[in-house]
This record gives sequence, structure tokens and C-alpha cells, in this order.
Amino acid sequence: MAPPSSRRSGFSRKAQYSLFTGYLLAGAGALLGLALLMLSLWQPSAFAPLRGGASDIVTPAGTAGAVARTETQGFFSSIGGYFNAGSQNAALREEMEIARVRLAEADAVRAENRRLKSLLGLQDSEVKPVSIARLVGSTATSTRRHAYLSAGANNGVTPGMPVISERGVIGRVLETGRNSARVLLLTDSESVLPVRRAKDDVIAFAEGRGDGLLRVRLVNLGINPLKVGDLMVTSGAGGYYRPGVAVAVISKITEDGGIARLVAEPAATNFVAVEPIHQAAAVAVLRGENSLGTPEGAANAEQRPSSATPTASAAADDR
Amino acid sequence: MEQFDPRARSDIYGQRINRTSSPLRARSVPYLSIMIASVIPVVLIADVMPLVPPLGFLLLLGWRMVRPGLLPLWAGAPLGAFDDLFSGQPFGSAILLWSLAMIAIEIIETRFPWRGFWLDWFTAGVMVVAYWLATLLASGAPVTSEMLLVALPQALLAILLYPIMARMVASLDRFRLARARKIA
Repeated sequence: MAPPSSRRSGFSRKAQYSLFTGYLLAGAGALLGLALLMLSLWQPSAFAPLRGGASDIVTPAGTAGAVARTETQGFFSSIGGYFNAGSQNAALREEMEIARVRLAEADAVRAENRRLKSLLGLQDSEVKPVSIARLVGSTATSTRRHAYLSAGANNGVTPGMPVISERGVIGRVLETGRNSARVLLLTDSESVLPVRRAKDDVIAFAEGRGDGLLRVRLVNLGINPLKVGDLMVTSGAGGYYRPGVAVAVISKITEDGGIARLVAEPAATNFVAVEPIHQAAAVAVLRGENSLGTPEGAANAEQRPSSATPTASAAADDR
Repeated sequence: MEQFDPRARSDIYGQRINRTSSPLRARSVPYLSIMIASVIPVVLIADVMPLVPPLGFLLLLGWRMVRPGLLPLWAGAPLGAFDDLFSGQPFGSAILLWSLAMIAIEIIETRFPWRGFWLDWFTAGVMVVAYWLATLLASGAPVTSEMLLVALPQALLAILLYPIMARMVASLDRFRLARARKIA
């Protein structure tokens, strides 16, 4: 709308000066913003403490939202359940018969596994989560896919720790506040995760595409062995994630791998577990070697190998 | 007089006798509303794509268009800094873009003064789409065609949301200037 006439400066010196000062301040603000933007693109974790403090403040509101979200999801799914109860019942019964057989087989395998492991002298230690928390929010307006977690440095959460739901990998802690943390979700376009196929050892990288799907790029090129429906799990390379956690299911085959859907959707989770870094010592060494210095930059550089040397980080494999 | 019509001595801002608007409220409502709009999208979990249009920026545009001259020209920088804390964009992107948007609107407005809601909407739409594209570029992630495709609904939603935002600003403005303070 047109400005009221009082805002036209006319011949008044005072009005002219105040108008000029306004432009000057706004221009200075824009320049400051440009400088800060350059700085934070160069050093992504430079403003982490500031953001951590800010997210600490909104986390309580987010927790209330998270509770409401999970409750309404249960409400809607229970209504939806009535519509296809009959056919579902039959399908489930059939599935259970098969599952019983598989369970018996699995018992045998487990027993054999234990025997073989005891032969090797390996100890299977249970990973104890650092903290159990809710995902309380996300950056819903930005193209970056970050989520907020209701646990932070006070709960022992540090940057780099994997965040895992009961279904599979959610992402990795990027920055921490006192009582909140920022999680880089797998779907973010900066996220790269070393994976392998669950049933054999086809190694690949799962990169976020920024549109909710993951691009699975095979390390060894040649004939593409992937098939639609293959489950990809973490390989443990890079040292952040423990091996064998479900990541994604292949939904489409491409030339160099496939497009995969997430197994654990962050919006559908109730509680998530923050686990300690799987090979903390190896990660520390890799970080030390990296000249980037920042935890996130080092993590990104370490988990995002250039296409020339895709096996570089696989060298720190989980042997 | 009040026996016949209880609203006889009042207007949209409340009773006229013995009342005045609170200066604190009159000053703070625009800023607080924009800050709240910046925080609201955080509560939603968007794991697949950007779902919510930039509400903070839309409300800034709303205040700028509906009540020109109320926000100072430099207001984009501090409000943008607050938005950057929550938006997930690299810190500084909203400081830069909101400041540029304020300057751009100011320059266009002094050159080509206009009146009317439709031109307001058109200007806001152009600004929002430009802002949407600029945030994609400034997000620090490589811009791919898939990303543009999934972010497109956000831009359309932002354009369609402007009239609602403008009405909201109008009602917030009535609240802002309501005569809440009693003169003894």
C-alpha cells in the first residue's frame, strides 16, 4: 500500500536524515547477514551454542506437541484399523504360521551363533543407549532436514552420536544444547551413511536426496546386484553407527545403485535412543587427521568421501 | 446512552472515554507476532520435505504491506536473526534476506506507490517466491531437481497464504491499538 504522506521526506532535513539512516542501518544489517551467512557456510558449527540455547527454550513446547502427535496418530490408526480388519486378520494368521517356522529356525541359528562366537572368543556386548528421548520438532520451513531432540549435553549427548528408533536409524546428532540437540536426519541432502545389504556384503553409501528418499550408491561398480525390496543395514564403516541396524528398503533400481525408502520414519516415531559412537577411538583419530576441525565438518568430510576414493572411509571398517 | 446500546461510546478499539491504548502493546505486538510465527514451524515434524511456508517471513511481509511505516526499515535484521536460530538455515541467511526484502519493498514503494489489496498480494507473492528460491540456494545443500520439486508446494502455499496473513495482521493491529489502559 502507498506510504502515508508523513513518510515522504520532502524538504525537511530531519526527515531526510532519518530516512537515510534507515537505509544505512538496513544496508548494514544486510551486509552483516551476508558476512554471517558466509561464516556459517564455511564453519557450519560456528553458531551451534547460540542455536542450542534457542532450541533449549522451545523444547518444552515441542515435547507437548510430540505427545499430542503420537496420541493422534494412534487415534487415527485405530479408526483405520476397522476398515480392513477382515482381510488383515486372514493375512496376519497366514503370516504367523510362517513366522512360527522361522522362529524355530532362528532359535537353531542363534544357538549355533552363540557356539561359534564362544569358539572365537568374541563377546557380544549389548549397546546401552546414552539417552532415550523424543523427537520434539524439525526445521519444517527449511530445505535442510534437521530434527530437534529433547535430550542434550546434560543427558550425555554429544555431537556425532547416532540416533536410532526401534525400527532403524533416524540420523546423527549434529549440535547439542543443554537439554536439546539437533539431529541431522538421513533424508538431509548432506547426510551420507555407509550401508550394506542385509543378506550379504554388498557395500554402498546411502545419501539423502532432500526429498524423503535415499540414493544408494554402490561402492563396487559393475553389474548392479540390488533388487527392489532389498533391506540395507548400517555397515559400521566410519565408526559412528554399530553395524546391522536397518536403514532403508530399495524401492527403485538405478544405474549405480538404487533409490531407497526409509525404514524408520522420524515423524512416526515415539521415542528414540541416542547411542554412543560405535568406535569412538577410531572416530577421534579420523577427526584429528582432518584439518577441518569442526565436529560437523569433520564428520561430513569423513562420511562423505569424494567419488574418487569411495573406499577411503571403509578403510576404518568394523573388523 | 449505554442503556440503549452498550457500544454507543466505543469503536473497534474499545471504549473511547477514559481509555487509551497501551504503548507497550502497541510497540511489541508486531515483533512478538513475527517471532512467534518463526517458532511455530519447529513444532511440526517434517522428515520428508519442507512442508510449512516461511511463516515468519510471511508475517513480516504482512505487517510491512498492511501497515507501512510501522516496522522500521532495519527491522529485517534482528527479526531475521531470531528466525535463523530456529529455521535450520545457516545462521545469517534470514538476516541477509529479510533485510534485502525490506529494502526492496521500500524502494519499489517509493518509486511506484500503489494502493489496493491485489497489488499487495502480487508484491508479496513475488517477494515470497524470490525468498523461497534464495533460501534454497543459501541452505548450504546442493540444489537438485528433486529438491526443487518437493519444495514447490511450499512456495505455492506461501503465495496462497498471504491473504490470510494480511487479515491476521489486521486483527492483530486492532488488538495492538485496543484501548486497554484506563486513565485514572
